[in-house]
Amino acid sequence: MVDIAVEDLVHVYAQGSIRALDGVSFAIGSGQRIALIGQNGSGKTTLVRHLNGLLRPTSGRVLIDGADAAQQTVASLARRVGLVFQDPDRQIFAGSVRGEVEFGPRNLGFSGADLRATVDGALDAVGLADDARTNPYDLGGSRRKLLALASVLAMRTPVLVLDEPTTGQDLRGVERVRSVVDAAAAEGRTVIAVSHDMRFVAEGFDRVIVMRAGRLILDGTPSSVFAEASWIELRSTYVDPPPAAAIGARLGLGATPTDESLISALAAQ
Amino acid sequence: MLTLDGISYRYAGARRASLRDVSLELRDGEVLGLVGASEAGKTTLCLVASGLAPRAIGGQTVGRVLIDGTDVAAEPMHALAARVGIAFQSPTTQLSGVAATVYEEVAFGPTNLGLPRDEVIDRTARAIETLRITSLAARDPSRLSGGQMQLVAIAGLLAVGPPHFVLDEPTAQLDPAGTRLVADAVARLAADGASILIAEQKTDLLSGLCSRIVALDAGSVALSGDAAEVLADPRLRALGVAEPAVVRLARLARAAGIEPGRLTAEVSA
Repeated sequence: MVDIAVEDLVHVYAQGSIRALDGVSFAIGSGQRIALIGQNGSGKTTLVRHLNGLLRPTSGRVLIDGADAAQQTVASLARRVGLVFQDPDRQIFAGSVRGEVEFGPRNLGFSGADLRATVDGALDAVGLADDARTNPYDLGGSRRKLLALASVLAMRTPVLVLDEPTTGQDLRGVERVRSVVDAAAAEGRTVIAVSHDMRFVAEGFDRVIVMRAGRLILDGTPSSVFAEASWIELRSTYVDPPPAAAIGARLGLGATPTDESLISALAAQ
Repeated sequence: MLTLDGISYRYAGARRASLRDVSLELRDGEVLGLVGASEAGKTTLCLVASGLAPRAIGGQTVGRVLIDGTDVAAEPMHALAARVGIAFQSPTTQLSGVAATVYEEVAFGPTNLGLPRDEVIDRTARAIETLRITSLAARDPSRLSGGQMQLVAIAGLLAVGPPHFVLDEPTAQLDPAGTRLVADAVARLAADGASILIAEQKTDLLSGLCSRIVALDAGSVALSGDAAEVLADPRLRALGVAEPAVVRLARLARAAGIEPGRLTAEVSA
């Protein structure tokens, strides 16, 4: 398992003077489910791209298991940190669903029965087992997104980073993503997800990190981050608390970040 | 008025039809919501309603699409672009790829309509103002975050200013502030007489925005009618569509033996 530490990370894209990341620090232990939230352009995607070496710090450090990520090749980081892009079409290229999912683990040295097992497991987890021979571009956008998730899952990296995994997903798709996150965390893998879906965040994650303008402004459990005391900070980065949290606060029920916590608080009255 | 009259559509090379006998009327000044599970046909319907399918992407159609009484099949593509504008699900598909700045990107559409220079400048300025992206005007569109790109893509569409709009999950990557800007822009367009077809997974957004909603299931219209009625219809979940928060929480409360009145009053407050 892998520990991640981000130390005073600054990132300036070559063309502008904007500090996409402006001194971000946090540490993550293995097996946690962490959601990264905040307004568009607050630096969420930039931050996660540092975790697998796609971007290199302007200053500061990213430590993966104590080793500086900047000193490691992208290939070596890829064994430990799997990143699923927001837009699946940026990572899909194979002619079949199975071929797409095989590519990553094959490059990591999986072969024979091990390769089959990890590919089958990943296809099954996202509900694409019956589409192994389908051309990825015959799948609709939401299933292509699940395919991109499966192809990273199959690499069995100890860290899984998901950029907006629920966008474009319907009710069942969101459930799929949630069960993938839960199963990965139950195996001791660390899951970091960028999301604007606050219900998904509140119900499926242990810890919520809130960003604004390249900085970290809140970091805590869903109960604390979505509690009324945090709303001013949340709204400063254009995040609305989940509906259940807003209603619970208005009814004086305390912190009720999830539907379940709201209903049980009402029932206990 | 944009009319789909008995539309069935099959993609080139596909075994089965993606739309089956779909008829709907989009009236001027109206926002019509389109919901359904993934691959129920929402994106396909958007492509057909905008005239891109089958003419730009192939495939076979039965039935007719009429824009203000004219069959789209009889309209030259460039003329069609001025009458119905489409926002694709992925903003990277939407952006021209040739503009060096956001300003030029937004101006791309009206410039290509051959409008006088002053008119282009005026429309571009207004679209940028409406979506509050003035601070991005000098940036490179390909360097924006996913959400910022989505706002730029929609601004480009506003600048073209067609009387009919087809929006395919226009807020998928947006934070709540961006989502509200798009919703406000849509409401204002409708108030000015435009007609807007909007496919969305976010039913909370649709409940405040649409007068009517059509739910698709496997390419056919499954539910259609007054927005509030369709969104409260218990069959919606079986179609794979997430209910609005107010409907979901009321259902959960009832299941727990709690009178949902107080709770729903808080949601709608």
